[in-house]
Amino acid sequence: MCASCGCQGQGTTMTNLQTGASAEIAPPPHGADHSHGVGEGDGLGHFHDGHYHVHDEQHHAHGRDHAHEHEHGHAHPHDSSHHAHAHEHPYRQIDIEARILAKNDAIAAKCRAWFAGREILALNLVSSPGAGKTMLLERAIADLSGELPLFVIEGDQATSNDGERIRAAGAPVVQVNTGTGCHLDAEMIARALAELKPSVGSLVFIENVGNLVCPALFDLGEHAKVVIFSTTEGEDKPLKYPHMFSAAKVVIFNKIDLLPHLDFSMERARENIRRVNSDAEIIEVSARDGAGLSAFYQWLFAQRTVAERLSGI
Amino acid sequence: MHELSIACSIVELASQAAEGGVVRRVTIEIGKLSGVEPEAIAFCFPEVARGTPVEGAALDIREVEAEARCDICGAEFFTPDMLSACPCGSLHFKRLRGEELNVKSIEIEEPA
Repeated sequence: MCASCGCQGQGTTMTNLQTGASAEIAPPPHGADHSHGVGEGDGLGHFHDGHYHVHDEQHHAHGRDHAHEHEHGHAHPHDSSHHAHAHEHPYRQIDIEARILAKNDAIAAKCRAWFAGREILALNLVSSPGAGKTMLLERAIADLSGELPLFVIEGDQATSNDGERIRAAGAPVVQVNTGTGCHLDAEMIARALAELKPSVGSLVFIENVGNLVCPALFDLGEHAKVVIFSTTEGEDKPLKYPHMFSAAKVVIFNKIDLLPHLDFSMERARENIRRVNSDAEIIEVSARDGAGLSAFYQWLFAQRTVAERLSGI
Repeated sequence: MHELSIACSIVELASQAAEGGVVRRVTIEIGKLSGVEPEAIAFCFPEVARGTPVEGAALDIREVEAEARCDICGAEFFTPDMLSACPCGSLHFKRLRGEELNVKSIEIEEPA
């Protein structure tokens, strides 16, 4: 992901569980001397009054002392007597005006076009760890594989445990292990797709790393983000992790079979979802006993129709 | 800690734009509702920049206040967090600002 600095190498690997072939996606982390501690005076800014400033004084000094424009292509040497700090070299400003995530978004756009060209519906499944993403997929594979081809990209920091479960359930799967990384990014998906080779007209489930924070920011080229929210979590999860819930097209309430044993208020939970995302569809299921899954499958088939319409097929 | 990935992307964009030059300042824009912590970016940046043309550069972070326009009453209002509603009570609105995550500019040293 980060070709220039190599620091993104968080030890990401990919394993095709059909063939057993494994490959590295990003280079490994820096050597053991690579400390992520940050010392003083290394270009980092400082805090005051609860507000973050990076080299505030120098920045303001520019505004006052520099009479020239910064946009032009050649430099004006500065009078060093007027610039006591850090002005040994002349410099010029280059305007970039680029989205920081432009590279991820560009790869995600390619994935999206790739999916569209093959009439594939791709869904990005996100949740906290343990909400039941993998079991939901196991059920879906068992129930739907006669109707349409299903493929899975599994994301976890470590182990192929979930990938093995998916394979045992009967779907081709590529396991991505992000190492220390906390989310899947579009590059990982592009690489995994090249390995997985999902067929035309299939359904691709991307099971993201269990995390309600980071995956919200990274577009993977999916048709929709699906949040799985289990009844064993607090009703206020949507308020605590509003970015993720607001990015979702549908929220699947899982483990509704446990409701009689819990103090969980479905009404309050729904209300909290509405507060951060008034458009999200809400489906109640139990991946364990199968309750409500037909509504989830109906939603899936409806999304296939939407995706086909969007891709102009 | 997605801020590490974000910091890597900043360094990558700045390194490319510098076209071999030495970067001394990177100015970025982070919206209050972008989902990214400015402090965490500032923490990662110097480490990620090490060994690149951006090593030692100052990071200038400009935070952008979040505002939205209500679909119901048309008012423009500040949305300091993701749960903010329009003063009229509506939850239907369009975000106008506050989700920015951009590299604005860099300053590179020129040969004297």
